[in-house]
Amino acid sequence: MAQAKTQFGYRRHPDQDRAGANVAEHAVVVVGAGPVGLSLAIDLAQRGQRVVLLDDADRIGEGSRAICFSKRSLEFWDRLGVGDRMVEKGVVWSVGRIFHGASQLYQFNLLPEEGHKRPAFINLQQFYAEAYLVDRVEQLPEIDLRWRNRVIALESRNDHVALTVATPDGSYRLHASFVVACDGARSSLRQMVGADFAGQMFEDQFLIADVRMTSAFPTERWFWFDPPFHAGRSALLHKQPDDIWRIDLQLNSDADPAVEKLPENVRPRIARMLGHDKFEFEWISLYKFQCRRMAKFIHGRVIFAGDAAHQVSPFGARGANSGLEDAENLSWKLDRVLRGLSPEGLLESYHVERGAAADENIRESTRSTDFMAPATRQEARLREAVLSLAAETEFGKRMVNGGRLSVPSVYDTPLSTDDRDSWRGGPRPGASMPDAPVTDQSGSSTYLTEAFIKQGTRFTLLAFGNGAVIDVPDGVGTLRVGGGLVDIKGLAGQRYDAEPDTAYLLRPDGYVAARFRKTSRLALDAALARASGLN
Amino acid sequence: MALSTSSNFAKPDDAFRAIVEAHRGLTEAQSADLDAALVLILANHIGDIDVLRDAIVLAKRRMLDTSRQQQQQQQ
Repeated sequence: MAQAKTQFGYRRHPDQDRAGANVAEHAVVVVGAGPVGLSLAIDLAQRGQRVVLLDDADRIGEGSRAICFSKRSLEFWDRLGVGDRMVEKGVVWSVGRIFHGASQLYQFNLLPEEGHKRPAFINLQQFYAEAYLVDRVEQLPEIDLRWRNRVIALESRNDHVALTVATPDGSYRLHASFVVACDGARSSLRQMVGADFAGQMFEDQFLIADVRMTSAFPTERWFWFDPPFHAGRSALLHKQPDDIWRIDLQLNSDADPAVEKLPENVRPRIARMLGHDKFEFEWISLYKFQCRRMAKFIHGRVIFAGDAAHQVSPFGARGANSGLEDAENLSWKLDRVLRGLSPEGLLESYHVERGAAADENIRESTRSTDFMAPATRQEARLREAVLSLAAETEFGKRMVNGGRLSVPSVYDTPLSTDDRDSWRGGPRPGASMPDAPVTDQSGSSTYLTEAFIKQGTRFTLLAFGNGAVIDVPDGVGTLRVGGGLVDIKGLAGQRYDAEPDTAYLLRPDGYVAARFRKTSRLALDAALARASGLN
Repeated sequence: MALSTSSNFAKPDDAFRAIVEAHRGLTEAQSADLDAALVLILANHIGDIDVLRDAIVLAKRRMLDTSRQQQQQQQ
């Protein structure tokens, strides 16, 4: 970890010296400087908002947390100016293999097609991701990151939230128009607003070990059911940067955590798995998983994001990635509301869209966990039947559930304008923009996702063909494929089911708001108003 | 497509017999294993989630009916 700064000092802020009723007032206070809080703060700052970001620690936590970051997350981080650094450090992968016993059942490729800027996934230790995000934060004067600032009280008022913040110098008060709680699964803000956090707890225990070794194992995700080295249970092996490997072993529900965690007990098991014992432990911990969510992500002017709002089991990489999707979904909406461009009702669509995404993530990760740890004898029988059928049938292979990996949600949302024209493909309203390779005006290779960023990460009309130039409303960007951008491989046209005059209205988070075979200014204005929460 | 409950086999006895014979000589546990695999294979062949759900409802309703009848007999 030599290259990344992870320890930060507490600094007294002038807000702490204000006397009595003269409390500092801020537009947005984000609580929690994890990947979600940091990314949200950067996005808001890039949109011109001033953000106070509070964290109760003064360092980036080590240890074994999120490691898999999805294509969608990388595209978001590209917009925040940190994508390249993440990908350079990260381990790129797209292939997974599933084994049953000693033999391979099947393998899958999560990004089988060419022409995307970003890979399906990178593996990167969460502390690197956080360190790079903090570096970016330090370039942005709009963000005021205050370490060792812990929120100890919260009072919701009509037009603001009053926070009491404890520091090493004692406590002080802050007022914020909006507070975004990104303070993790054990969110104290969630408790302060008195919100529930209901869901399902899984009895099975999993041991997570990060080991350091040099190995010729490929950079793929390997998952075993009932492997020879860990009879009757499941196991996962995954590579991280710096020759660190993540190992995940399912234990019995009655296993004694204190005993299981002892390195002398973990070592022989992992040595059997790897076929050698030339490795060092970086981290060992035991987990039980929970899948749960808050009923409402918005409590007055306090908005919840990431693990604070929803929690899933880790099989599927749906924790950090869904938190980052929360951040990208919320920031443009909050920015518009703070500017008075959209009514506060626009924020409700954050709850609608990300609440449905949380349900989907919980459903998927619950199914994976249930498949790995059948609850009854008959469930185990059905699982065994699937595994044995998978050896010789395609349908069996597809039923084997060793984790369904995170893909961006498709939103059924009031912000979308329903299709009126006929489409054979392409992203429907509520889906995120597919990437494709293009060349720009200077003839340089680029991607649609990059061109979208260059348009300012705002509402953007993506138009195809060299038909009539569309008169777009003020503040809306334009990308023209076949006039400006050249679809060199024909993939953009294919992925968007484009005909001459086809146009997509993209939201500032890169989701499709509406699409047209032929665009009129009237239809565009209506779709824009709808996507802005104006009707 | 709705679940078909009309008789679809030309010779229903052959179908019933084939399933019965598959279970001959098996222990309870082996029979349960066989049924689990058979259900999955047939469900995939049908390939229609609504039909599958209808079939599950019918099978479960029959279980309820059976237990109700048993209770009535006991009373």
